[in-house]
Amino acid sequence: MEILNAFVLLANFVLVPAIAYGSQLALGALGVTLIYGILRFSNFAHGDTMAFGTMVVILFTWWFQSMGLHLGPLPTALLALPFGIAACAVFVLGTDRLVYRFYRQQKTAPVIYVIASVGVMFILNGIVRFAIGTEDQQFADGARFIVKAGEFKRMTGLDEGLAIKASQALTVVTAVLVVAALFWFLNRTRTGKSMRAYSDNEDLALLSGINPDRVVAVTWILAATMATIAGTLYGLDKSFKPFTYFQLLLPIFASAIVGGLGSPLGAIAGGFVIAFSEVMVTYAYKKFLAYLVPADWWAPDSLMQLLATDYKFAVSFIILVLVLLFRPTGLFAGKSV
Amino acid sequence: MSGNQTSTRAAETPKGRGLLYFAIMAVLIVIVGQFQSWNVALSILSLCLISSIMALGVNIQWGYAGLFNVGVMGFAALGGLATVLVSMPPVPAAWAAGGPGVLASLAMGAITICGAIFIYRKMPKGRLRGFALLAVCLGGYFVTRHYFGISTDAVESVDPALTGYLGGLGLPVLLAWPVGGLFAGLAAWVVGKISLGLRSDYLAIATLGISEIIVAVMKHEDWLARGVKNVNGLPRPVPYEINLQQAEWFLELAAKLGQDPVTFSSIFVKLCYVLLFTVVLLGILWLSERALHSPWGRMMRAIRDNEVSAAAMGKNVTARHLQVFVLGSIVVGIAGAMLTTLDGQMTPASYQPLRFTFLIWVMVIVGGSGNNWGAVLGGFVIWFFWIEAEPIGLWLMETLTSAMPEDSSLRAHLVDSAAHMRLMTMGAILLLVLRFSPRGLLPER
Repeated sequence: MEILNAFVLLANFVLVPAIAYGSQLALGALGVTLIYGILRFSNFAHGDTMAFGTMVVILFTWWFQSMGLHLGPLPTALLALPFGIAACAVFVLGTDRLVYRFYRQQKTAPVIYVIASVGVMFILNGIVRFAIGTEDQQFADGARFIVKAGEFKRMTGLDEGLAIKASQALTVVTAVLVVAALFWFLNRTRTGKSMRAYSDNEDLALLSGINPDRVVAVTWILAATMATIAGTLYGLDKSFKPFTYFQLLLPIFASAIVGGLGSPLGAIAGGFVIAFSEVMVTYAYKKFLAYLVPADWWAPDSLMQLLATDYKFAVSFIILVLVLLFRPTGLFAGKSV
Repeated sequence: MSGNQTSTRAAETPKGRGLLYFAIMAVLIVIVGQFQSWNVALSILSLCLISSIMALGVNIQWGYAGLFNVGVMGFAALGGLATVLVSMPPVPAAWAAGGPGVLASLAMGAITICGAIFIYRKMPKGRLRGFALLAVCLGGYFVTRHYFGISTDAVESVDPALTGYLGGLGLPVLLAWPVGGLFAGLAAWVVGKISLGLRSDYLAIATLGISEIIVAVMKHEDWLARGVKNVNGLPRPVPYEINLQQAEWFLELAAKLGQDPVTFSSIFVKLCYVLLFTVVLLGILWLSERALHSPWGRMMRAIRDNEVSAAAMGKNVTARHLQVFVLGSIVVGIAGAMLTTLDGQMTPASYQPLRFTFLIWVMVIVGGSGNNWGAVLGGFVIWFFWIEAEPIGLWLMETLTSAMPEDSSLRAHLVDSAAHMRLMTMGAILLLVLRFSPRGLLPER
């Protein structure tokens, strides 16, 4: 019984949150890795692209709510999601047309793209703060929980409860659907195949008649879609604050690099590696150990937390450093140059 | 006729153009002095000087070597930390409570890392090495953390409302500037050692990470520099207004110049800062120019322009990159220490990446990457407009919305959001300069 309690405790505070967070990171990292594979630069504006898409979703959600539109137990944000994706896609295509296309034609060094993406990040940052402010915004509605801690306790007779938030379940289901759709697209459709060909060898792809403008446009649309979905899910699960989305950049980049830049499968694996490490390292194991070890034998006097929650960014950074030191191409051997 | 021709020619030569731009900047600051107040003008000028030094540091990394450092904020924050650690008086009670414990546990952490590196280097590759590494890292971590926690708790519980930290060394604050450079240089060496020699984006991401972590440590480690409780009342390198107002010679000077002693004292103090900062700026600028025009500088630019051929000429590209990255970070660290000295307080929450990293980048790109004078000019121009954009933006918004009814919520929102316009303007300036004038105001020669 004690062991069961311990594992339910762990599932409640580590497993479930980490799976949800990992799915969000994986979606974000997929966007970064796609841009990297096709356009060959690290897009520093990605965090703020997520914020922009989410902001549009929030504005539409509020509008729908004021009109009395609801999806029952599901959050209204799902209804607003397509509009957010569309607005975000239009925006990133616009930035590509106005900013990045010039450098692509000039065949500029990747670092110039990175600096340009910093400029885009500034502008996105300004737009988001201008439109919605810098404060925390809550926009989740519908059912709060799928499994409530109290019900779980009554059903199983355990001391520990397991709570699954609706937003967490929604995150995982959406992420699975989106990732499945993305892989189907990349592996089965003509456009997807041409994207992979372009990523593998640009010159060869151009020689075989692949239209680079089309590949680039599709990449941006996919990245915007991923960014908006990831941002909305993160916002539903936690809350929306522009600066938090900027800070998500580090775990997202870490996920993409851990998995191997340019490898979609790696981005997903990386997202879960980062999320699980972050949650596991910052979780206080005091209660968990108290269940496993008899109290008269040894009682932990501290929280048994490996690292304070304040330093959760340090976790992604340390993993990033380890990967850079020992395996710079990432787990799934992405591009290293 | 001939005079006209010479003047056009002067404006065309790079030197003439630079002089012209700096003259315009001087006039702008004088205008602010005349129309707003000399106090404001001198504050802007001192921050312009500090920004120029930071921009010089970033220019050493980007302009000389093409390294993209996204962690300027972290290196500047280390400079600020150095100011506290060098200049504040020590807190004897806190030292007695946990000082040796903190030092011992920090040493233990260092020993753990060295031990891990030793095992990694000396033991044969295999499963045994992996287990040994894991054991040393985990064991060292838990032991260190246990004693570290006990000691820091003891330190933080010493009069937390006033001190609650170890304090500094109580040395003159000017000494903090080189120490700030040293701290930043050490951090840069570690980051550079890890991420240089890999693809260029990795350095950017690694520096982004380290700067977030440095600021997080400064916010949450109260025993070090009081965290978000801030350290106020840092010692000054210049006299205090109140002492000046009582000094005989100062009152005579004010009377001679026909100034009110109270306002003149604050202007005098600001002038002292400007003088100090100018000396540092000129020193660093002179050194940077000497370095850029030496064989070393030519080698750096050769590496930047073509790494493969420079490597073929026998140049160690990664080592040179590491060297220039550390040098640039040292300059940023010095500027960070100067900034904290000027503020007279250390507020970790004020370290925002947009203000401390990306604004400096805009300065370098706009000023002219690769040209030291350009970086200095960029520091002046961008800081001036960053400060003045707020009143201008506010005025613009109020003018634009003046037709709307007084109680309109849209109007209030627009006026409130004028501050965010600065971000957009900076982004737009960065993108426009990068696109249409990538060599900046003062191009590299």
